[in-house]
Amino acid sequence: MTLLFALLATIAVVCGILMVVQENPVRSALFLVLVMFSLALLYLTLNAAFIAAVQVVVYAGAIMVLFIFVIMLLNLGTPEPMPNKLKPQTLLGIFAGLILVGVLVSMLVGNQPTGETLTSNLVGAKEIGLTLFDPGKPWLFPFEVVSILLLVAAVGAVMLAKKRI
Amino acid sequence: MVPSVSLNSYLILSAILFTIGVTGVLIKRNPIIIFMCVELMLNAVNLTLVAFSRYQSTVAASTGLTPSHAIDGQMMVIFVMAVAAAEVSVGLGILVSIFRNRTSINVDEIDLMKG
Repeated sequence: MTLLFALLATIAVVCGILMVVQENPVRSALFLVLVMFSLALLYLTLNAAFIAAVQVVVYAGAIMVLFIFVIMLLNLGTPEPMPNKLKPQTLLGIFAGLILVGVLVSMLVGNQPTGETLTSNLVGAKEIGLTLFDPGKPWLFPFEVVSILLLVAAVGAVMLAKKRI
Repeated sequence: MVPSVSLNSYLILSAILFTIGVTGVLIKRNPIIIFMCVELMLNAVNLTLVAFSRYQSTVAASTGLTPSHAIDGQMMVIFVMAVAAAEVSVGLGILVSIFRNRTSINVDEIDLMKG
Protein backbone atom coordinates (compact mmCIF):
# COMPACT_ATOMS: atom_id res chain seq x y z
CA MET A 1 0.00 0.00 0.00
CA THR A 2 2.80 2.38 0.91
CA LEU A 3 4.67 1.34 -2.20
CA LEU A 4 1.61 1.99 -4.35
CA PHE A 5 1.13 5.40 -2.79
CA ALA A 6 4.80 6.27 -3.30
CA LEU A 7 4.65 5.18 -6.93
CA LEU A 8 1.47 7.14 -7.70
CA ALA A 9 2.66 10.21 -5.82
CA THR A 10 5.96 10.17 -7.71
CA ILE A 11 4.16 9.87 -11.04
CA ALA A 12 1.83 12.72 -10.14
CA VAL A 13 4.57 15.09 -8.98
CA VAL A 14 6.99 14.33 -11.82
CA CYS A 15 4.27 14.68 -14.46
CA GLY A 16 3.08 17.89 -12.81
CA ILE A 17 6.56 19.40 -12.97
CA LEU A 18 7.01 18.23 -16.57
CA MET A 19 3.64 19.79 -17.41
CA VAL A 20 4.83 23.16 -16.18
CA VAL A 21 8.26 23.10 -17.84
CA GLN A 22 6.98 22.01 -21.27
CA GLU A 23 6.80 24.72 -23.92
CA ASN A 24 4.46 22.77 -26.19
CA PRO A 25 0.87 22.99 -24.88
CA VAL A 26 -0.10 19.59 -26.34
CA ARG A 27 2.62 17.87 -24.33
CA SER A 28 1.52 19.79 -21.25
CA ALA A 29 -2.02 18.53 -21.77
CA LEU A 30 -0.84 14.92 -22.09
CA PHE A 31 1.21 15.20 -18.90
CA LEU A 32 -1.85 16.67 -17.18
CA VAL A 33 -3.82 13.59 -18.29
CA LEU A 34 -1.19 11.41 -16.61
CA VAL A 35 -1.53 13.46 -13.41
CA MET A 36 -5.31 13.02 -13.57
CA PHE A 37 -5.01 9.26 -13.96
CA SER A 38 -2.61 8.88 -11.05
CA LEU A 39 -4.93 11.03 -8.93
CA ALA A 40 -7.84 8.77 -9.91
CA LEU A 41 -5.87 5.75 -8.69
CA LEU A 42 -5.06 7.62 -5.47
CA TYR A 43 -8.79 8.19 -4.97
CA LEU A 44 -9.24 4.43 -5.32
CA THR A 45 -6.71 3.85 -2.55
CA LEU A 46 -8.88 6.18 -0.45
CA ASN A 47 -11.96 3.98 -1.14
CA ALA A 48 -13.60 6.67 -3.27
CA ALA A 49 -14.56 4.56 -6.28
CA PHE A 50 -17.19 6.90 -7.67
CA ILE A 51 -14.92 9.93 -7.42
CA ALA A 52 -12.18 7.98 -9.19
CA ALA A 53 -14.53 7.09 -12.03
CA VAL A 54 -15.78 10.67 -12.32
CA GLN A 55 -12.19 11.90 -12.28
CA VAL A 56 -11.35 9.75 -15.29
CA VAL A 57 -14.58 10.53 -17.17
CA VAL A 58 -14.85 14.26 -16.48
CA TYR A 59 -11.25 15.42 -16.09
CA ALA A 60 -9.19 13.02 -18.18
CA GLY A 61 -12.04 12.73 -20.67
CA ALA A 62 -14.18 15.79 -21.11
CA ILE A 63 -12.05 18.65 -19.81
CA MET A 64 -8.85 17.49 -21.49
CA VAL A 65 -10.66 17.02 -24.81
CA LEU A 66 -11.83 20.61 -24.45
CA PHE A 67 -8.23 21.73 -23.89
CA ILE A 68 -6.97 19.78 -26.90
CA PHE A 69 -9.76 21.19 -29.06
CA VAL A 70 -8.88 24.75 -28.12
CA ILE A 71 -5.16 24.14 -28.71
CA MET A 72 -6.07 22.79 -32.14
CA LEU A 73 -8.43 25.69 -32.84
CA LEU A 74 -5.84 28.28 -31.86
CA ASN A 75 -3.01 26.49 -33.69
CA LEU A 76 -0.60 26.71 -30.78
CA GLY A 77 1.35 23.54 -31.60
CA THR A 78 4.64 25.26 -32.35
CA PRO A 79 5.34 28.23 -30.10
CA GLU A 80 7.14 30.94 -32.05
CA PRO A 81 10.15 32.48 -30.33
CA MET A 82 9.09 35.85 -29.03
CA PRO A 83 10.64 38.22 -26.52
CA ASN A 84 9.51 37.01 -23.15
CA LYS A 85 8.56 39.94 -20.95
CA LEU A 86 8.07 37.61 -18.00
CA LYS A 87 11.72 36.55 -17.69
CA PRO A 88 12.41 38.24 -14.33
CA GLN A 89 9.12 36.92 -13.06
CA THR A 90 10.11 33.30 -13.65
CA LEU A 91 12.80 33.14 -10.99
CA LEU A 92 10.62 35.07 -8.58
CA GLY A 93 7.72 32.68 -9.25
CA ILE A 94 9.82 29.58 -8.63
CA PHE A 95 11.16 31.17 -5.44
CA ALA A 96 7.64 31.97 -4.24
CA GLY A 97 6.54 28.42 -5.04
CA LEU A 98 9.41 26.97 -3.01
CA ILE A 99 8.46 29.21 -0.07
CA LEU A 100 4.81 28.13 -0.34
CA VAL A 101 5.59 24.42 -0.42
CA GLY A 102 8.02 24.87 2.48
CA VAL A 103 5.41 26.59 4.62
CA LEU A 104 2.68 24.07 3.80
CA VAL A 105 4.82 20.98 4.35
CA SER A 106 6.39 22.31 7.55
CA MET A 107 2.91 22.99 8.94
CA LEU A 108 1.84 19.45 8.09
CA VAL A 109 4.93 17.67 9.37
CA GLY A 110 4.60 19.33 12.78
CA ASN A 111 0.98 18.29 13.30
CA GLN A 112 0.36 14.58 13.02
CA PRO A 113 -3.40 14.06 13.39
CA THR A 114 -4.04 11.30 15.86
CA GLY A 115 -6.73 8.69 15.62
CA GLU A 116 -7.36 5.43 13.92
CA THR A 117 -8.27 5.33 10.28
CA LEU A 118 -11.76 4.77 9.01
CA THR A 119 -12.34 1.28 7.67
CA SER A 120 -15.31 2.12 5.52
CA ASN A 121 -16.51 0.30 2.48
CA LEU A 122 -15.97 1.45 -1.05
CA VAL A 123 -18.08 4.57 -1.67
CA GLY A 124 -19.76 3.90 -4.97
CA ALA A 125 -22.46 5.58 -7.00
CA LYS A 126 -25.22 4.27 -4.72
CA GLU A 127 -23.93 5.91 -1.56
CA ILE A 128 -23.18 9.16 -3.40
CA GLY A 129 -26.65 9.22 -4.94
CA LEU A 130 -28.43 8.47 -1.67
CA THR A 131 -26.55 11.29 0.04
CA LEU A 132 -26.92 13.74 -2.82
CA PHE A 133 -30.69 13.43 -3.16
CA ASP A 134 -31.55 13.02 0.51
CA PRO A 135 -33.75 16.01 1.48
CA GLY A 136 -32.51 15.73 5.08
CA LYS A 137 -28.93 16.44 4.00
CA PRO A 138 -27.63 19.80 2.78
CA TRP A 139 -26.64 18.68 -0.72
CA LEU A 140 -29.90 18.88 -2.63
CA PHE A 141 -30.00 22.68 -2.94
CA PRO A 142 -26.34 23.01 -4.04
CA PHE A 143 -27.06 20.32 -6.63
CA GLU A 144 -29.82 22.44 -8.16
CA VAL A 145 -27.62 25.56 -8.03
CA VAL A 146 -24.83 23.69 -9.81
CA SER A 147 -27.25 22.64 -12.54
CA ILE A 148 -28.09 26.31 -13.14
CA LEU A 149 -24.38 27.16 -13.08
CA LEU A 150 -23.65 24.58 -15.76
CA LEU A 151 -26.50 25.92 -17.90
CA VAL A 152 -25.15 29.46 -17.55
CA ALA A 153 -21.66 28.26 -18.46
CA ALA A 154 -22.93 26.47 -21.57
CA VAL A 155 -24.90 29.51 -22.73
CA GLY A 156 -21.96 31.79 -21.93
CA ALA A 157 -19.51 29.64 -23.90
CA VAL A 158 -21.81 29.68 -26.93
CA MET A 159 -22.20 33.44 -26.67
CA LEU A 160 -18.45 33.99 -26.39
CA ALA A 161 -17.68 31.76 -29.36
CA LYS A 162 -20.14 33.50 -31.67
CA LYS A 163 -18.72 35.58 -34.50
CA ARG A 164 -20.85 38.67 -33.85
CA ILE A 165 -22.35 39.24 -30.46
CA MET B 1 -8.41 -2.73 3.74
CA VAL B 2 -6.64 -0.73 6.42
CA PRO B 3 -4.43 1.89 4.81
CA SER B 4 -0.88 2.04 6.02
CA VAL B 5 -0.38 5.45 4.42
CA SER B 6 -0.98 8.28 6.85
CA LEU B 7 -3.24 11.24 6.26
CA ASN B 8 -0.22 13.51 6.26
CA SER B 9 1.27 11.77 3.23
CA TYR B 10 -1.79 12.61 1.20
CA LEU B 11 -1.83 16.18 2.50
CA ILE B 12 1.85 16.70 1.68
CA LEU B 13 1.37 15.30 -1.82
CA SER B 14 -1.60 17.62 -2.24
CA ALA B 15 0.45 20.61 -1.04
CA ILE B 16 3.21 19.80 -3.52
CA LEU B 17 0.75 19.48 -6.42
CA PHE B 18 -0.95 22.73 -5.40
CA THR B 19 2.41 24.49 -5.34
CA ILE B 20 3.29 23.18 -8.78
CA GLY B 21 0.01 24.68 -9.98
CA VAL B 22 0.68 28.03 -8.30
CA THR B 23 4.19 28.20 -9.75
CA GLY B 24 2.88 27.36 -13.20
CA VAL B 25 0.29 30.12 -13.01
CA LEU B 26 3.03 32.56 -11.97
CA ILE B 27 5.65 31.72 -14.60
CA LYS B 28 3.83 30.60 -17.75
CA ARG B 29 2.79 32.95 -20.56
CA ASN B 30 0.43 30.65 -22.42
CA PRO B 31 -3.04 31.06 -20.89
CA ILE B 32 -4.02 27.50 -21.84
CA ILE B 33 -1.20 26.12 -19.69
CA ILE B 34 -2.24 28.56 -16.97
CA PHE B 35 -5.73 27.04 -17.11
CA MET B 36 -4.20 23.57 -16.85
CA CYS B 37 -2.30 24.70 -13.76
CA VAL B 38 -5.55 25.97 -12.24
CA GLU B 39 -7.04 22.54 -12.90
CA LEU B 40 -4.05 20.98 -11.16
CA MET B 41 -4.67 23.20 -8.11
CA LEU B 42 -8.35 22.20 -8.03
CA ASN B 43 -7.30 18.56 -8.22
CA ALA B 44 -4.91 18.99 -5.33
CA VAL B 45 -7.73 20.40 -3.23
CA ASN B 46 -9.96 17.49 -4.28
CA LEU B 47 -7.30 15.06 -3.07
CA THR B 48 -7.29 16.86 0.29
CA LEU B 49 -11.06 16.62 0.59
CA VAL B 50 -11.17 12.91 -0.26
CA ALA B 51 -8.31 12.16 2.15
CA PHE B 52 -10.05 14.04 4.97
CA SER B 53 -13.33 12.28 4.28
CA ARG B 54 -11.50 8.96 4.51
CA TYR B 55 -9.82 9.74 7.81
CA GLN B 56 -12.78 11.33 9.57
CA SER B 57 -13.97 8.46 11.72
CA THR B 58 -12.42 9.32 15.08
CA VAL B 59 -13.68 12.88 14.85
CA ALA B 60 -17.12 11.54 13.96
CA ALA B 61 -17.10 9.17 16.93
CA SER B 62 -16.08 11.83 19.45
CA THR B 63 -18.50 14.54 18.32
CA GLY B 64 -21.57 12.39 17.86
CA LEU B 65 -21.64 12.56 14.10
CA THR B 66 -22.59 9.40 12.33
CA PRO B 67 -20.11 7.67 10.04
CA SER B 68 -22.31 8.68 7.10
CA HIS B 69 -20.85 12.14 7.47
CA ALA B 70 -17.59 10.67 6.22
CA ILE B 71 -19.02 10.97 2.71
CA ASP B 72 -19.35 14.76 2.92
CA GLY B 73 -15.87 15.41 1.57
CA GLN B 74 -16.64 13.39 -1.53
CA MET B 75 -19.84 15.36 -2.11
CA MET B 76 -17.79 18.55 -2.06
CA VAL B 77 -15.41 17.03 -4.60
CA ILE B 78 -18.33 16.48 -6.98
CA PHE B 79 -19.32 20.13 -6.72
CA VAL B 80 -15.73 21.26 -7.22
CA MET B 81 -15.59 19.17 -10.39
CA ALA B 82 -18.80 20.73 -11.70
CA VAL B 83 -17.52 24.25 -11.03
CA ALA B 84 -14.20 23.38 -12.69
CA ALA B 85 -15.98 22.17 -15.82
CA ALA B 86 -18.02 25.39 -16.00
CA GLU B 87 -14.91 27.50 -15.44
CA VAL B 88 -12.94 25.76 -18.16
CA SER B 89 -15.72 26.04 -20.75
CA VAL B 90 -16.17 29.78 -20.16
CA GLY B 91 -12.44 30.46 -19.88
CA LEU B 92 -11.56 28.67 -23.09
CA GLY B 93 -14.42 30.48 -24.85
CA ILE B 94 -12.89 33.78 -23.75
CA LEU B 95 -9.49 32.64 -25.07
CA VAL B 96 -10.98 31.80 -28.46
CA SER B 97 -12.62 35.20 -28.74
CA ILE B 98 -9.39 36.97 -27.68
CA PHE B 99 -7.46 34.99 -30.29
CA ARG B 100 -9.94 36.11 -32.94
CA ASN B 101 -9.28 39.76 -32.21
CA ARG B 102 -5.56 39.80 -31.43
CA THR B 103 -3.97 36.69 -33.05
CA SER B 104 -1.81 36.20 -29.97
CA ILE B 105 -3.00 35.11 -26.58
CA ASN B 106 0.22 35.31 -24.59
CA VAL B 107 -0.60 36.91 -21.28
CA ASP B 108 2.33 39.32 -21.43
CA GLU B 109 1.02 40.88 -24.66
CA ILE B 110 -2.54 41.46 -23.56
CA ASP B 111 -2.19 44.79 -21.81
CA LEU B 112 -5.26 46.71 -22.96
CA MET B 113 -6.33 47.39 -19.40
CA LYS B 114 -2.91 48.63 -18.34
CA GLY B 115 -3.18 52.28 -17.32
